[in-house]
Amino acid sequence: MSTLEVRGLKVSVDTEQGSVEILKGVDLTIKSGETHAIMGPNGSGKSTLAYSIAGHPKYTITGGTVTLDGADVLDMTVDERAKAGLFLAMQYPVEVPGVSVSNFLRTAATALRGEAPKLREWVGEVKAAMESLKMDPSFAQRNVNEGFSGGEKKRHEIMQLELLKPKFAILDETDSGLDVDALRIVSEGVVRAKEANNHGILLITHYTRILKYIKPDFVHVFANGRIVEEGGPELADKLEANGYAEYVSA
Amino acid sequence: MTTLQSNLLDNHTPTGREEAWRFTPLKRLGGMHDGSAVAINRHSLAAKNSLPNGASFEQREISALTESDDAIVNRIREFTNIGTVLTIDANAEITEPIFLGRTSEGTTEAEFSRVLINAGVNSKAVVIIENTGDTHLAEDLEIHVSAGAHLTFISLQEWGAKTIHAARHHAIVDRDATFKSIVVTIGGDVVRLLPTVDFIAPGASCDLSGVYFATAGQFFEHRMFVDHKVPNAKSRVNYKGALAGDKAHTVWIGDVFIRAAAEGTDTYELNRNLLLSDGARADSVPNLEIETGEIVGAGHASTTGRFDDEQLFYLMSRGINGDDARRLVVRGFFNEIVSEINNEEIQNRIMSRIDDELAKAGK
Repeated sequence: MSTLEVRGLKVSVDTEQGSVEILKGVDLTIKSGETHAIMGPNGSGKSTLAYSIAGHPKYTITGGTVTLDGADVLDMTVDERAKAGLFLAMQYPVEVPGVSVSNFLRTAATALRGEAPKLREWVGEVKAAMESLKMDPSFAQRNVNEGFSGGEKKRHEIMQLELLKPKFAILDETDSGLDVDALRIVSEGVVRAKEANNHGILLITHYTRILKYIKPDFVHVFANGRIVEEGGPELADKLEANGYAEYVSA
Repeated sequence: MTTLQSNLLDNHTPTGREEAWRFTPLKRLGGMHDGSAVAINRHSLAAKNSLPNGASFEQREISALTESDDAIVNRIREFTNIGTVLTIDANAEITEPIFLGRTSEGTTEAEFSRVLINAGVNSKAVVIIENTGDTHLAEDLEIHVSAGAHLTFISLQEWGAKTIHAARHHAIVDRDATFKSIVVTIGGDVVRLLPTVDFIAPGASCDLSGVYFATAGQFFEHRMFVDHKVPNAKSRVNYKGALAGDKAHTVWIGDVFIRAAAEGTDTYELNRNLLLSDGARADSVPNLEIETGEIVGAGHASTTGRFDDEQLFYLMSRGINGDDARRLVVRGFFNEIVSEINNEEIQNRIMSRIDDELAKAGK
């Protein structure tokens, strides 16, 4: 059983107008096997929370703590956070020209497992992950995210989730840009990975449609840089009916 | 010609004010440009293995295929008329690459070398020149790609740290012939290479690509010139460079001239540079001169940038440490071109040399 704990997290970004505070004190505790949905309007700071936990250099932590089983996450480099068990499925995965998916995955798995995976087993693992996400085998030879469609990028992210087996997965708007079929395939991948690894999930989304497939245990409403309401799955139904208006105007 | 003016000099001695020499550190050329070098003709270029059927190799008297306004080329031609000649017979289809090479011959004298590669009509071959060791080399290399021939010419500058290498690699490409050139420059103190192409009949095409990686103090210059003087020829240029370390300096010049007669020309040239540390300088000058509008296409692009933080973040967020992430990005950057060299041993050797240079630069 692992615990990811966010306490009083405050985060700023530098802009042309100076430093702007995006997160204004976020508290959140996620345990292994739990699925937490963070829902909120655009610009509320949901993605900033995801990237701050992962350690993106653009964000400056001005207060609070993030710990994973007591270890200080904010003190770790980006790769150390991944090694500690954090995984971020990005909304806009980055192109890495000239680096094949197969080379990238193997390099990542080697880094995370501390030794190169045995070739034969690894090939099988990758093949299975690709088949379950209905990806063409030629995908492994393409360059990371280069020329991928929106759906292919998201499948590639979830394939990594299945292969890299983190303790906690942060899914940043994984549902955005997916058609109905792709949403189902990607969501099934998330559920399958969780069943296999029992990791905790922090699911960041604007819409409730992905929650049909990935059932949250907890729903947090995010507005203006903090969590403004928390509840069970029924809170998502309320948001579906009423939208975010009452939180935005508040 | 206006911007692409002649650089022919009365006494063959550039001052550094000429367009063709304005980036070159003349003081570091070992006197090859001003007559002060001790010139010798040592014919260091040798075949690595026995030559395949259809190819032959000899030293003999030669005459130049083209005139050149390059000062060093003219000094070489004044010095000697004996050259090394590689002949690929007409209609020969040679599947295995022809390996030639030069090795360390010392730096007290300068080798003034003339080379002629003659790819016969409808022949098909791959020629690889492996340059290693420390030497001073002034090189006048001409290539005749005869009608219907397909020649791939790979020039690997894996020199030691003391080498000074000034060369013109000039290809004359005849009707329906294709010339593919891959240049790799990852070693040497000063390397100044002029990959140039003359199209002499319609239907010809060339594909010039290259990679270079300069570390502290190294100067690497690649100066293309593609002369579209006949209709319906196609040229592609793609050079990628990385620089790391104080006073690493690279120059890429891409001159393409589309003359009035060159209707139906299709040309595109690209140069990308990756600056891996402060104190390095990449000059990149694409230059397209067009005398006819009746063309298929003409374009160029040049970019110089630093490591993309988003790429590094993405890789590191998957557990890959900073050094490995940078290595992956640099290898990926060069891979597009290095993977074109159809030889795994050479690919691996170049990539591991690049890894070493990157590690040495400590960034």
